[in-house]
Amino acid sequence: MSILVRLERVTCAYDRTPVLVGADLEVGEGEFIGIVGPSGSGKTTMLRALLGAVRPLSGTVRRRPGLTVGYVPQIETVNWTFPVTVLETVLMARTAGRHLPWPSAQERRDAGTALARLGLAGLGRRHIGELSGGQQQRVFIARALLQQPQLLLLDEPTAGVDVRTRHEVLHLLADLNAEGLAILLTTHDLNGMAAHLPKLVCLNTEITGVGPPEAVLTPEVLERTYGAPMDVIEHAGMRVVLDRPGAYGDNVVRLPQRGTA
Amino acid sequence: MHTLLEPFSYGFFRHGILVATLAGALCGLVGVYVVLRGMSYIGHGLSHAIFGGAAASAVINFNFYIGAGLWGLASALMIGRVTRRRIIGSDAAIGVITTASFALGLVLFGFFGVAHKSVDAVHYGSIQGVSVADVWVVAAVTAAIAATVFLRYRALLFVTFDPEVADVSGVNVARTDALLMLMLAVSILVTMKVIGVVLIAAMLVIPPVIARMLTNSFSRMLWLSVVIGAVSGFAGMYLSYHLDVSSGATIVLVGGTLFGIVFAATGPRGLRRAAGLEGHGPALPVEVETARL
Repeated sequence: MSILVRLERVTCAYDRTPVLVGADLEVGEGEFIGIVGPSGSGKTTMLRALLGAVRPLSGTVRRRPGLTVGYVPQIETVNWTFPVTVLETVLMARTAGRHLPWPSAQERRDAGTALARLGLAGLGRRHIGELSGGQQQRVFIARALLQQPQLLLLDEPTAGVDVRTRHEVLHLLADLNAEGLAILLTTHDLNGMAAHLPKLVCLNTEITGVGPPEAVLTPEVLERTYGAPMDVIEHAGMRVVLDRPGAYGDNVVRLPQRGTA
Repeated sequence: MHTLLEPFSYGFFRHGILVATLAGALCGLVGVYVVLRGMSYIGHGLSHAIFGGAAASAVINFNFYIGAGLWGLASALMIGRVTRRRIIGSDAAIGVITTASFALGLVLFGFFGVAHKSVDAVHYGSIQGVSVADVWVVAAVTAAIAATVFLRYRALLFVTFDPEVADVSGVNVARTDALLMLMLAVSILVTMKVIGVVLIAAMLVIPPVIARMLTNSFSRMLWLSVVIGAVSGFAGMYLSYHLDVSSGATIVLVGGTLFGIVFAATGPRGLRRAAGLEGHGPALPVEVETARL
C-alpha cells in the first residue's frame, strides 16, 4: 500500500496551548479511517494538519508529490442563506488558475457528472438552502470530488443530521472508497459512524489507539480517550459503546414517567 | 418636457449625473461582497477614514485622490490586520481605526480653517464639485474594478462563501482579501464627492440587499445590484436637481424607495433572503510548508 500522507511526531498548538501532541499517522491509498475523540481532543486539528491548513509546532507532515486532497467542511458551519446555487457551489472546485467567470463546457460536463454520480442530477439551479440535509452534504462532497482527489477529508460529515441522512452519507462514502478513494473523517458518533469503519484513530490530544473497531473500541482504550469508563457490547457482529451508568456520579436526575407523577 | 430635460442642458449636471450613475453601479458591484461578508459597517467606517485622508491632503496641498486613497487603503489593511489577531472583532477594529481617522480630519479642518461649506459637501455629496476630470476618474475606476471582478470572479466568490476551503484549494485568500479592500477603498474615494461620506455606506448596502431579495443566485445578484445602484444614482441625481437638495441624500432615498417596493412585492420570501445576509468572516490564510514523501 502506497502512503499518501504521513504525520511524524506532529504537535500543533493554538495560542501556545497544545491541541495535538506527538501524532504519528499514515494514510495509505484506498484506506477508510475515522478519527474519534471527545470535543477539543484535536480531531479537526489533525485533519487540518493533514490538509496543510495548520502549521505544526514541531514534527513533519509528509505528502506524496502531486497529491490532490478534497476537503468537506462541517455542514453546520456553512452559511445556507448565501445566494449560491448547487451548480455555483460545485464549480468553486474549479477556481484556482481560472479567470473567466463562467464555466467552460467541459467544466459544466464535469460538474454535471459529479452531481449525477451523487444523485443530485437536475438540482444544479436550486439554492443550496432548499436541499435536504443529505443532499446538502452531497453537494459539498461533489465539490470536493470535482477536484479529482486521491484523498478525501471530511470534518464531522454526520454532525447534526438525522439517522436516514447518516445512512445515506455512510453508504455514499463506502461506495466512493470501494472505487479506490482514500477517505479520512472525524466523527463524534461512535456507534452510528465509527463502528462501521474499517480503521479508527482514537485521539485525546495524543493518539490513544489505532486499529480496526474490534481492537480500539474497548473499555480500556475508550477510557484513555474519553476519560470516563465506558462499556462495550456486541450486537449483530458490531461493537456498540455504552455510557456506564453512574460513571459521572450517582446523583443522576431521573424524570418521572408520564402518568406516574 | 422642457422642464424635465432642462438640467441636461447644463454641463455640470451632465457630469454629475454620469458620475452618480457610475458611482451607483460601482457601489452596487463592490457592495455585494461587502454585504455577503457581513461587513456592511466597513463602508461607513472606511468613508469616514478617507475623510481624514482628504483633510490631511487638503492641508498639505497634496493630490486628493492619491492622498485620501493611500490613507483609505492603509486604514482598510490596518482593519484587516487588527481583525486577524482575533482578540478584537472586525466591528470594533473598524470602529476604532476609522473614527480616529475621521476625528483627525475634523481637527485638521478646524485648525486650518477650511470653509464649512466644503466640509458639508464632503459629508453629504454635491453636484457642484464634479469636474470633467472627476468624470474620467470615476469612469476609469469603474472600468478597472469591473474588469478586476470579471477576472477574479471565481476567487472572490469562493473566498467570500467559504474562505477556509478556498485557502486549502489553492486560492490565495490573503491576496484576494487585500484586493477587495483595495477595490472598496478606491470605490469610496471616487464616489464620495457625489454621494458624500455620511451616505456612501447606504449605497454599498441598499443595492445588494435589494438584489438579494430578488434572487438566490450569486451571479444574478451581482448584476442586479449593479443595475439597481446605477438606477438609484441616475434617478437620485436627477431628483436632487429639481428638489434642490443634496445629491447623496436623494440617491440614498431613491435606493430606500426601491427597497420598499421590492420588499412589498416579494413579501416574507424576500425578507428571509435579506435576513440571512451575515457572511462568514475571512479565514486566517495559513501557508504550510510540508516535506514530501
